[in-house]
Amino acid sequence: MTTGVDVLLIEDEPSIAEAVRFILSREGWQCEQWPEGSDALQRIRALAPRLVILDVMLPGRSGAEVLADLRADPDLQALPVLLLSARGMANLPQGADRTLAKPFANADLRAMVRELLDAG
Amino acid sequence: MTPETLGAASVVYVALMFLLAHAADRAAAAGRWRWMDRPVIYTLSLSVYCSAWTFYGAVGYATRSGLEFLTIYLGPGIVFAGAWWGLRRLVRVARLHRVTSIADLISSRFGKSAALAALVTLIGVLASTPYIALQLQSVSMALSAFATSGHPLPGNIALWVAVGLAAFAILFGTRNLAANERHHGVVIAIAVEAVVKLAAFLAVGAFVLWGIADGPADVLARIDRMAVSAGGEGWQIRPERWFTLIALSGAAVMVLPRMFHVLVVEASDENRLRQAGWAFPAYLAAMSFLVLPIAVVGMDLLPRGSNPDLYVLALPLSQGRDTLAALVFLGGFSSAMSMVVVSAIALSTMMANHWLVPLWLWLRQTALSEPAQAREDLGTLMLNARRLAIVAVIGAGWLYHRTTGGTTALAAMGTVAFSGMAQVLPAMVAGLVWRGATRRGAIAGIVAGALIWGGAIFLPSLGLAAPPAFPAGIDAFAGAVLLALAVNLLLLVLISLVDFPDPTERLQALSFVHAIAPDAAASETAPAVQAEALLTLAGRIWGNDHALEVFRKAAENQGKSGYLPDLTPRFLADFERHLAGTVGAATASALMARVGGRGSVTVAELMEVAGEASRAREDNRRLELTSAELARTAAMLRESNEKLTVLSAQKDAFLGQISHELRTPMTSIRAFSEILMEPDLPAADRSRFAGIIQDEAARMTRLLDDLLDISVLESGRAQLKPGVVNLHDLIERALAAGGASAAGRDFAIRRNPLAEHLPVITDPDRLLQVLINVISNARKYCDAGEPAIRIDTRRSPQGGTEIDIHDNGSGIGPENRALIFEKFARLDDPSRAGGAGLGLAICKEIMGFLGGSISYLPGQGGACFRIALPPRPPRRAENAENATG
Repeated sequence: MTTGVDVLLIEDEPSIAEAVRFILSREGWQCEQWPEGSDALQRIRALAPRLVILDVMLPGRSGAEVLADLRADPDLQALPVLLLSARGMANLPQGADRTLAKPFANADLRAMVRELLDAG
Repeated sequence: MTPETLGAASVVYVALMFLLAHAADRAAAAGRWRWMDRPVIYTLSLSVYCSAWTFYGAVGYATRSGLEFLTIYLGPGIVFAGAWWGLRRLVRVARLHRVTSIADLISSRFGKSAALAALVTLIGVLASTPYIALQLQSVSMALSAFATSGHPLPGNIALWVAVGLAAFAILFGTRNLAANERHHGVVIAIAVEAVVKLAAFLAVGAFVLWGIADGPADVLARIDRMAVSAGGEGWQIRPERWFTLIALSGAAVMVLPRMFHVLVVEASDENRLRQAGWAFPAYLAAMSFLVLPIAVVGMDLLPRGSNPDLYVLALPLSQGRDTLAALVFLGGFSSAMSMVVVSAIALSTMMANHWLVPLWLWLRQTALSEPAQAREDLGTLMLNARRLAIVAVIGAGWLYHRTTGGTTALAAMGTVAFSGMAQVLPAMVAGLVWRGATRRGAIAGIVAGALIWGGAIFLPSLGLAAPPAFPAGIDAFAGAVLLALAVNLLLLVLISLVDFPDPTERLQALSFVHAIAPDAAASETAPAVQAEALLTLAGRIWGNDHALEVFRKAAENQGKSGYLPDLTPRFLADFERHLAGTVGAATASALMARVGGRGSVTVAELMEVAGEASRAREDNRRLELTSAELARTAAMLRESNEKLTVLSAQKDAFLGQISHELRTPMTSIRAFSEILMEPDLPAADRSRFAGIIQDEAARMTRLLDDLLDISVLESGRAQLKPGVVNLHDLIERALAAGGASAAGRDFAIRRNPLAEHLPVITDPDRLLQVLINVISNARKYCDAGEPAIRIDTRRSPQGGTEIDIHDNGSGIGPENRALIFEKFARLDDPSRAGGAGLGLAICKEIMGFLGGSISYLPGQGGACFRIALPPRPPRRAENAENATG
């Protein structure tokens, strides 16, 4: 894990993905996107991001399953994860560092990403 | 004060008790029993022990035999002082087994023996007859004390009293077949009467002690004078009599049918004994400590030859205190009334459960080959049996009173009853503490003891035999009692030791001795019956509401919803015990034996014997459901309960989906609108982002429209606008409408326009909606290199219309075909097209609404949906009503 991207966004909604990538790129962070739960772990290993932004409802594997896989992986379990939830804040999967409910304020997104990147 | 006035006062008093009992029963029926269900009521109801014998006879007893009268208070006092260690176990075991009487307890312990129950009932009836006679006699004797030459005693007083008390007992004792045999109205009346008799006795005692005599010192001085003059012939303390009488009265407080009834059957739980343990002995002490002064002053003042049993009345009368005397009369009347009423209720339950119903069941069994003509019902039969028994018991008491002519001293008649009923004591105590006690031992002991009692005590009391003579000057009564009990106990122990009990008996013994709930294995019934059949049987005996409640609880305990528990051995045992609470253990066991199909009896026969003939109409106000209706209702309740659970889960999932579907476009809209507010945005980005916002807003609008549409369709409030339309025109419009969403791909459309020219009677707008939906789905999801849509139309053989819409894509996998018509069933598909997943669900609702259907046709080399329409849409009168209402 030498030269990875700053953020990997795992999100299936194209317009939301575009918005997030635009917001993060304006802050100078490099952001890649992956549109489904399947093969998400391989993408993470390949891109070696410093932070994963993960949607809860994904085609293929759900965000909860991806998160569980990630936390069970000895190499990746320490990776910071920001969860995006479109079902409010109830019944969220365990293991995320931060959670943001959709719709969110762009400032909140920026603040959380900055916090997690600085910590990591 | 004339006998007539007093008679009228008694009638008013009884009427008040009627009202009180009635009010209490109504409150209990309305569920407001809690405020009455207090320990103090229980303790006061125990005072039914103090019958008219105690009220009048104690003074007579003291006059004749000195301090010996104390024994009848000492026995119960000792038993209750130790209640927490002894009686508590009796109450707990009896309540565990839902025992309805002393006979039921003995029978239940010894293998639910019907013979034993009948035997104990016989002893109870024999022993109680003189005792009830004594109450009637006391009332007429008391009235006679008021009679003067100008106002002679009206004839047949005892008969009228008997009739009135029988009416009271029938009204409040046989109102319904309460499953636990509790009679709230009667208990409240007894408790009030307990206060009246105590107040009356204390009043007359205080008057005698301080109003006539000059305080305790004066009474003691009078005793000294009398002891010198009279020599105190009968006043010596005879140890064997004291021992016998204390033991007898101690036994009586437990085994007399009326005492067992208030002590055990009317007890809500064993904790009642905590207070009764000290409060009841205190009540007895209050009733007894003024006996001696009244006796002494009576002997001193009243003329020789006057009846000492009436001193309590004669003393105030001799001093011209008519009002006090009237109060005393009411106290004595209360004592007599509560004793007779409770005895009659207790004995009638025993006679009905252990004589009449088994006899009836036996008759039915032998007559099973004949078709059942009379569709009697067991509930009414039981109530009528009890009413008959009440009349019989009180009638027998009155006859006894007539026959003996009312000459015997009161105390003698009481001790006859005590000693007879005491024959049950060895079996009861042994049954509670010794697992080895057997049915044959109990029967032998009770029969032998009862025979000795009959020959040496009961018949001599009627003057039909001479009392036995015992050597060494032992008192005849004490000797006979001790002999009968000794033989009784000896036979019980010896025969039990050599006997071998059957399995039911051993299980009951275990459960009684260890005071644990009856073992599940105790029921040998095989679960060959349906829970519905048992529910129906129970409904006929207890009434449907109560039966449903019992079954619901049982199902709940098994973790099931609805009213039909699994027929586990444990449930069957509980059910039998509950049934025993109504009909007695022996009868319940017999009924269950038939339910379980033991031997060759089938379920059908059970319903014949018990069910069909035992419909309880205990509450005529309620509609009586037939068995089929009840079973159907139970099944329907179970079903709708399950449906509700599923629906509720579906509703939660649906709301979660809606939330998700709305939040997703909202997220883009919010994010991009915030971005748009940033100042240094390139113009190209600015207009692209505005376009995204517009698209997402349109997506939300579509979703909301779809939601509204589906809710209208699902609620049945949608209105059908029927019309005739050319199918070809409709398909043209659908293709034109769907054209815009064909995102740059060219679709080949294959049709047979000639075949499409079919007139269709339907709601054209709704059908168009379905066509647009299916065609746009094909456009969105068809993944072929050269996508094509083929539309086939035809008339069905039934005159309806079928439209097949194919595409040449990869189709829908078998695992998803069941899902596509569900709400939000958008399949996991990377090539998604932004729908909310409601389209096909709406189509399905619309087709149902139009009387047709939409289905997926597999094996067509692509996705293929068939839309089928009936010749004409269904009439929907109910929908029109809903729409206007």
